[in-house]
Parts: sequence; C-alpha cells; structure tokens
Amino acid sequence: MIRPPDLPSPGKILTLDDVTVSFDGFKALDGLTLSVDRGELRCIIGPNGAGKTTMMDVVTGKTRPDHGSAWFAEDVDLLALSEPEIAQAGIGRKFQKPTVFESLTVFENLELAIWGDKSFWKDLVARLTRAERRHIDDILDVTGLTTERAALAGTLSHGQKQWLEIGMLLMQEPELLLVDEPVAGMTPDETHRTAELLLSLAAEHSLIVVEHDMDFVRSIARRVTVLHEGRVLADGDMGRVQNDPLVVEVYLGA
Amino acid sequence: MLTRVVRVGRRLWTAWDADRGGTVLLVLLAGVAIAVPALNQLAPASSALHLSTYSLSLIGKYLCYAMLALALDLVWGYGGILSLGHAAFFALGGYAMGMYLMRQIGSRGVYGDPILPDFMVFLNWQKLPWFWVGFNHFWFALLVIAALPALLALLFGWFAFRSRVTGVYFSIMTQALSYALMLAFFRNDMGFGGNNGFTDFKDILGFDLHEDGTRVMLVVVTAAALAASYLACRAIVGSRAGRLFRAIRDAESRARFLGYRVESYKLWVFVFSAVLAGIAGALYVPQVGIINPGEFAPINSIEAVIWVAVGGRGTLFGAAAGAVLVNYAKTYFTGALPELWLYALGALFVLVTLFLPRGLVGLGASRRRAVQAGAAAPVIWALGSHVGVSLGSKLK
Repeated sequence: MIRPPDLPSPGKILTLDDVTVSFDGFKALDGLTLSVDRGELRCIIGPNGAGKTTMMDVVTGKTRPDHGSAWFAEDVDLLALSEPEIAQAGIGRKFQKPTVFESLTVFENLELAIWGDKSFWKDLVARLTRAERRHIDDILDVTGLTTERAALAGTLSHGQKQWLEIGMLLMQEPELLLVDEPVAGMTPDETHRTAELLLSLAAEHSLIVVEHDMDFVRSIARRVTVLHEGRVLADGDMGRVQNDPLVVEVYLGA
Repeated sequence: MLTRVVRVGRRLWTAWDADRGGTVLLVLLAGVAIAVPALNQLAPASSALHLSTYSLSLIGKYLCYAMLALALDLVWGYGGILSLGHAAFFALGGYAMGMYLMRQIGSRGVYGDPILPDFMVFLNWQKLPWFWVGFNHFWFALLVIAALPALLALLFGWFAFRSRVTGVYFSIMTQALSYALMLAFFRNDMGFGGNNGFTDFKDILGFDLHEDGTRVMLVVVTAAALAASYLACRAIVGSRAGRLFRAIRDAESRARFLGYRVESYKLWVFVFSAVLAGIAGALYVPQVGIINPGEFAPINSIEAVIWVAVGGRGTLFGAAAGAVLVNYAKTYFTGALPELWLYALGALFVLVTLFLPRGLVGLGASRRRAVQAGAAAPVIWALGSHVGVSLGSKLK
C-alpha cells in the first residue's frame, strides 16, 4: 500500500495504467489506461468483447492482469488484494445478472451486506444494533423496497432484484460502485427509476456504469468512455463521443 | 403470579410458533427419554408394553442415524454442500469409541492378554501400537471422537473450499475419501482389526453392555445428544453466520464481493457437522456392538442423503424424522421382503425427488422455501443416477 512513484493528479478514485489481460493469446484488455475522479458518475460503453467486464474483473480482483497497475483512491494497490479485501477496501460491484440471496428475505439480504469486520465466529453471535437497523431501513427507503422487506428475495421482480443488489452495495458504504448493465431487461418505468437512483447516489459515491442501453446512458452520463478491443477509443461528454467518427464507425453506427 | 404465568406461557408459545417441527422433535425425544426406561425397566417382561432388548438397540440405532442426518442436513440442506462422505466421519467416531471398548475388555478376551486386543495377539504383535495408547481412558476416547473427524474435515475442507471445489465434484471427492478410508481400514496391518473390525465388547465405564439398564442409559444419552445437537444446529442456522451460509449456496460470488471469506464459513460448518457425525458414530457402536470397515462404505453416505431428502432438507427436524422413518422401513422390509428393500429405497428416493422436493415435511408446510427446493433439483438428479449405479453394483 505504498503510493506509486508517478502519482497522478489528486482526487482520483480509480487509476488503471497500461493494463493488459490476455486469455489464450486473445487480448481482452490491451494496455488500458483510464482514471475516474472522486464523486464522478462515469459511463463505460463499447461493443461486445470490448473489455468492459474484464476491466471490472481486474478492479475487483477476479482477474489478475498480465501487465500494468491498478490503484484505488491513489494509495491502494488493487493487484495486491484478494476479492474480499478489495470489497473491504471500499469497492462494491453489481453483477450483470441480478445476484441476490434468493432464499433469504430482503431484510436479511441487506443485513448480510452490513459493512464491517466479517468472520464466522463473530457472525455466530452478531446481533443487529439500533444504528444498523436504521441503516437498513434507510436503504430500504432509497431503493423503494420498504414494503418488500419481509419478502423472499427470490420472489422479487427483475427490477426489484437489481435495486436490492444496489441496496446491498450501499450497505457497504463503498467509495466506488461498479455497476454492470443495471437496466438490462427492465421495463421503461423501471429504467427511469434506476436512472434516478444512480443519479441520486453519484454525489456521495463514485460510480462506474457499464451499459448497452444508449438512451439510458444519455439520460445519466456526464462523461462517457468508449472501449474498443481492450483499449480506450474515445472519452468525453456524451455529445462529443457520439459525434466522434471512430466511435460512430465501431459502435454507434452499427 | 398470574402475570408471570402469562409471561412464561407467551414465551413458550413464541418458541413453539417459531419452530413447530423442532419443538415436536424435542418433545418426542423427551418422551423417548422417559418412556424407554419406564417400558423396559418397569413394565414386566410378560407385559405387552414391555420394551425388549432388541427394540432398545433399534431405537438407539435410529437416534444415532437421526444425528447423522442432522449433521448432513446442516451442510447440505443449508449450505448446498452435498457431502457423500459423512459415513466416514461417523465411522471414525465409531472406531475411536470401539478402541476404548476394546481396551475395556482387558484380559477377558479369548487370548486373555491384559493389554493387547485379541486381533493383535492373533497377528503376533508384541506391543500396543502408539496410536492405541491412551484409549484405556474414556476422556481420551471422547477427545478423539470429536477431534479426529474435526481434523479430517478441517484438512479436507481447507483444501477443497480454498480451491473452490463445489457441486458434484465436491460430492465425488468426499465419496472417494470415504472409499479410500474403507480400503485402508480393511488392511490388517493398519491396526484396527482388518475386515472384522472390533466386536465382543464387554462394558463401558464399568457398566455391562449386555445389561438392559446400560442399554437404556445409552438410549437416553443418545436422545439427549440428539436434542443438544438439534439445538446447536438451530442456533447456528439462526445466526448471521448461518444466514450467510445459506447465502453462499444462493450466490457464492455475491457473498465474496460483499467482503466475506466464504471458505472459512463453509469450513467451520463442515467441521462442526463432521464432529456431530463422529459423536453419532461413537454412540452407535456400543449399542450395535460392532464396528467394521463396512461403515465407511459409500452406500452408507448415500443412504444418509436419502434420509435427509425423504424427511425434508433444510429443516433439521425433517432430516432427523426422515432418518428414523426410512430406517424403520428398512428394518421392516429387510425382515419381510429382504430382496425388495433396495428397490423400495431407490423408488422412495425417486418419488420424493419428483413429487416432494421438500420431503415429507413439505407436505404440511407452506411454500416458503419452494425457491431453494427448485435450486436443489439438478443436484438431486445427479445424485439419483449415482445412487442407481451404486445400488445396481450392490445388487450384483
């Protein structure tokens, strides 16, 4: 956890430098260099195979790059940490497919997501404190799941599961939230509510959203990064990116 | 006074309402602990109510099996970890108890050696092997009964869970572990009596094992151990650690990204379950009077899985009930229609899988856990084919 020698400008929540990942010769990431500011809501788009999910895998410790470096909040070396350690450090990840604990209730899902030191022996005797209960109630409110608190998560609708999963990430009070395709399979109304939810979170947290739905990206994005073949193709506000001829050629035009 | 009665009444009602099946189980066990001594010791032998020695050992055996089922349900029903090697932990506990019982025989053996058990004299051994030292003490045997299954589960689980071995692969590995132990224990030079195992036990803690009074006490102790195990399992399942254990079954990677070291949760529950199985095995041996390598047989672990599936997995009390019911049926069938028993067992398993994915317990309860039963279907199918093959080879 030593600061890198060539420190980028302060205020970065995530810095990827020259990250390369190859699977059997195929370069999923090819010298990807990318940084995200604290408090930013960044959208990442790109065609299939552009390396979006691999990038998330690198940040969360699921995949180790062959080359390059990844820093969180400028002083945490992500490549030296395991998946749980990265989660503990303050990075939350929402999977593409909604992943919640289906046989537990909504409340229990959020309870398990409580931030803190986690060990089997402590959890054997752990009791919810009043503050923790309040926190869960707040998150139920933010995600609009208050009336579903006692329902089994497996019985929720697709959209509700996505919100529950985001709620579980919020329980962790992460500094950086990685959100993979939050509106895939959602109704227009659910999509709209998800956009509102993410925008309301952007001030207190830094968010990286990977999404295919261009209308959705347009509705939330302040800054967009386009990935293509494992590297950054274009970067900037939505208007600029949309009119970039390179982007139009590989992605938007398709 | 009245308010106190009301308060106690309300607390009892809440306890009953929170876990009806479990309360019934505990009440039944208390009933066994009262009725068995009464019917065996007080009812005259000529009376129709008299409980025979044979019935005593059957009841004791069923209760031990119920404890094994409880242990298995904890890891399989809640954590989705299908262990097909729980018979190994059961047998190890049994062997540890057997070693104590063998040393208790002393010079009353056929060869009359005060230290060496008969089979060692027969093999011309001059000295007690080092791993038999200490088993003349009951407390030492108790320690090993718990520690040996725990150690094996810790070692095996540590490697398996750390390498993220799951599902059918985990099941096959546990099956292989059990099989390897069976082959090892069959060898005479292992020092555990080879294929004959241990038998001809005389007494336990100075009480004659052929006396009904001793057997009654063993049944009562087993009932108490089963009740205590049930309460311990319920406490684990009801804790946050227990909820996380279920959560791991639903979505392991989600739990990992929430910052949990899921391996350690799996490992500790697995170790606890192995200890329960070991204690069950230790209680089993003095009541049936024999332990041999056959207890490690793969089919034993599979039968235990069937008890749990029939009773209703993920309920604890259902698993215990399933063990007693299936074994009662086994006792009846192997007496009345011996050649049909394995077919009946196989058919029972297939029928329960198809029509009662939540076991017999699911008949009466609401659909609260329908979701998790659905998730179990592929595992049950994989297992079903496995059972089919095992039964087929056994029939030959």
